[in-house]
Parts: sequence; structure tokens; C-alpha cells
Amino acid sequence: MNAFDFVVPRTVAEALAAGAGEGSAYLAGGTNLVDLMKAGVSRPARVVHIGGITGLDRIETLPDGQVRIGALVRNADLARLPLIAEATLSGASAQLRNAATVGGNLLQRTRCPYFFDPASACNKRTPGAGCDAQGGETRHAAVLGTSEHCVATHPSDLAAALVALDAVVEIAGPGGKRETPLESFHRLPGDSPQRDTELQPGELILAVRLPAAAASFAAHARYVKARDRVSYAFALASAAAALKLDGGRIVEARLALGGVATKPWRAREAEAALAGAAPGAEAFAKASALALSDARPVGDNAFKIELARRVVVRALTLAAAGTPKALPALPASPFGVSR
Amino acid sequence: MPVAISATINGVRRDIALDDPRVTLLDLLRERLRLTGAKKGCDRGQCGACTVIVDGRRVDSCLVLAATLDGAAIRTIEGLAHGDALHAVQAAFIANDALQCGFCTPGQIMSAVAFLEEGGDWRDPEAIREGLSGNLCRCSAYAGIVEAVQQAGRELATHKEAA
Repeated sequence: MNAFDFVVPRTVAEALAAGAGEGSAYLAGGTNLVDLMKAGVSRPARVVHIGGITGLDRIETLPDGQVRIGALVRNADLARLPLIAEATLSGASAQLRNAATVGGNLLQRTRCPYFFDPASACNKRTPGAGCDAQGGETRHAAVLGTSEHCVATHPSDLAAALVALDAVVEIAGPGGKRETPLESFHRLPGDSPQRDTELQPGELILAVRLPAAAASFAAHARYVKARDRVSYAFALASAAAALKLDGGRIVEARLALGGVATKPWRAREAEAALAGAAPGAEAFAKASALALSDARPVGDNAFKIELARRVVVRALTLAAAGTPKALPALPASPFGVSR
Repeated sequence: MPVAISATINGVRRDIALDDPRVTLLDLLRERLRLTGAKKGCDRGQCGACTVIVDGRRVDSCLVLAATLDGAAIRTIEGLAHGDALHAVQAAFIANDALQCGFCTPGQIMSAVAFLEEGGDWRDPEAIREGLSGNLCRCSAYAGIVEAVQQAGRELATHKEAA
């Protein structure tokens, strides 16, 4: 780990002042940043510890029905929000969820092994260096949203659930506050994969907001995650599915994919096809085909395309059956049984 | 750059002067405070051998910078027993042979203590396996670990009812 200055701001304004300099990094839970610093991938000159700033660690329901989740809310504390809970609890381990924050979850870097290994060529870590993942081990590489420069997946489960529910990111920066839909917060890699998000240097996530309409999906919302082991593993393919049903028809559908794309992936064509359809195998098969219609394998990971289709069908099927009163012991497991 | 923190470790308030902000909680405990129960397995938040409880939450101490812990209350495996009286989870690990080499055991036990304190469902083996999935055991003593958590959960619940 490189040496750094350590700054402890007490307010957002102090944090922004400390974070404005070149080479500054904000530290909250540390589960990703400290790991990256140990690997020598992140080498901040100044670490700004924002974990002690008060007021950013609350979940509030606003008068208009929006739910505002502070950036410093720990992942472990999201358990009361349907869909968000199942996605979050399917990620990482209890220890990591206790430390990791919502803001940090959105900003976590890819777990592509070539990104984490300074001896490998990686355009995301070192722009212009090349991409050793292509031609290498691609089991965890993306099949959607890739470019010739980068095939790394965005690893977040939480972000897939949030993007399905139209979440909005509140940001503070030197120029004041702004907000952006989560769907356009993360960038496609294109020819500049070093930039994961539209966040500008020095900017700080204050909160993530769920619109009031998200609550209308609460009765039919599930997250399903296929992975190499049934707990504590990143997704090979995952899907957040949420349905609004009325009179045996789907009024509105939300679908987002994780583990297969370079950013939290909203499947809008599939959503449009589901609207007005009767929930069932036929509609779900059609939606799953549409969700993966642009998928392109990298190396030997073509299996992920079929896997993702099946995960989508499973998630939609479970969502149609209804959100369980209590999460299964193994959240998001394709094998899990609801109680 | 030096950083001064004050933290409570196993009930004792400690003023700690860190000469470097890079020191993790794990290194602080092991190398500077000689509390070597928490183990350094992967040092990257993957194995759980370094699990301790900070402000009531179990965390991987290898990923926590000690400099962020001013005012925190930290519990380690050294703080579980009262004299020779072991914590119910410690006793249950012995009774169920929930270890072989023992390297992961302090982390497993701290994680299990937190799991039970969080209200984890000790009656359901699947919930225990999921709840402790952040603690790897390369000897694969998992069957005994699950049985130990079930036994400790039962004993603590009985004790609570009797109290």
C-alpha cells in the first residue's frame, strides 16, 4: 500500500474541500478501496474518511413516498426494502455487508482478475495498456455492453435491483448538488473504460432515491443469482424482476441483469414486451430472448448467455408467484425455497 | 503521518497513537496490542479468519483501517470468556469438534457469536451456512461448525428463557 495523507472531515462541505485535490479518494466502508490499495491498483495520495459524517446513514421515507437511502447506509441495513433486500443479501458475506455502504457499492470496481493484477494489461487500470481478459479467462467477463477495450462486468447485485426500480443518485460536488438516474450513472466502457461512472473528480454520492412508484412492485419482486457456489460469490448471471399485475395481466414490468454486463443492465425491450402480456412461460421466454438479444460471447463464456436467459425466466416466474413474506435462507438462490 | 485514536477493546478504553494511517485493525490487534486471536489468512476480506465485532457488527478486520476507529468499541475472541468460563459458542465448538487445524476458528467463533446476537435462525442449518459463508475453513470442518452453532443457539435461548 502506498503512503497517503489521512483526512477526517466532519461535514459534507469539509469532505468536498478535502476531496477536491488531485489523487484524493473518499473512504467509507473500505471493503473495496482498502482491498484495491493492498493490490496496488488504487494509489491515492490522500484518503478522505467520510464514514463519520452524520446524516448520511439514514433510510427515510419522504412525504411524497420516495425512499431516500443515505450513501453511508450499510448494505446489511437494507433488509427492509423488497427486491433491494434479496439482491443485497445475496452479495458478499455478512462481514462485508456490515462494512460496505450503498454509495461504495455503486462505486465498487470490477472484480475482473486482470484489473486486479498489476502484472496484466488492463485498459481500465492503465488506459491504452490493452486487455488481457480477451484471450484469457472469461468466465466472469461480460456478454453485454462490451467494447474492444474492455469486457469487465460491473459486479454489484444491489445496483441491478436499484436500476430496475428507477433509482436516482444524489451527488454533491464543488459546483453544488445534482442528481442523475442510476441507469445513466454508470458508463459503457467504449474507448475509455477507466471511467466507470459519470461521477466527476471530487464529487461525492449523498444518497440514492427510490421513486414512490417503486412501492407498486413490492408484491411481485424477486432477485435470482446464479453463481459458482450458493453463497458468497459474484454472479455469473443474475436478474432483478419486478411486476405489477392486474386482472391476470402484467401492467408493467421491470427487469435488470447483473453479472453479464459492463454496467447494471436494464432490459427495456423485454420490459416493453411483458407489458400487457399474461404472466407465464411464453411471455417470459420471449422476454428472456429479448433481454439477451444483443449479447456477444467473449472467449469461452457463451454459456452465460443461455444461463442468463434461464435466470431471467426463473426471476420472472418467482416474481409472478409473489414476493415471499420472509426471504429464503439462501437469498436469490435458484435452489432456494421461500417460506 | 501520525493519527491518534481512542477505542474500547474488550471493554478497556485504549488511547492508541498510530505512526501510519495504513495500519489495519487486524495489524493493530496482532502486531501492536498482542491480541493474536484474530488471524491473517488472505488479508483481503475473502476468508473471514480476521473477523472481530466493531460497534456490534462483525467485520473483516483486515479491510478496516485502524485510523477510522476513533470512538469505536471492538470485541475480539480474547474478550469472549469470563475467566475460565467459556462463551457458549466456544464451548460448543469444542463439544462438536468444530475444528481441525484451528486457524479459522477464532474468526468462525466471532462470526457465530455475531450471527446469534443478530437473531440469526440457528434452528435452520441452511441459515447458519449462509450466515457464516464469509468464514472459510480449509480443513472443511463445516458439519461440526453448523452443529456447534445450533447447540450454542439452543443453549443461549434456554438460558435467556430461564433468566
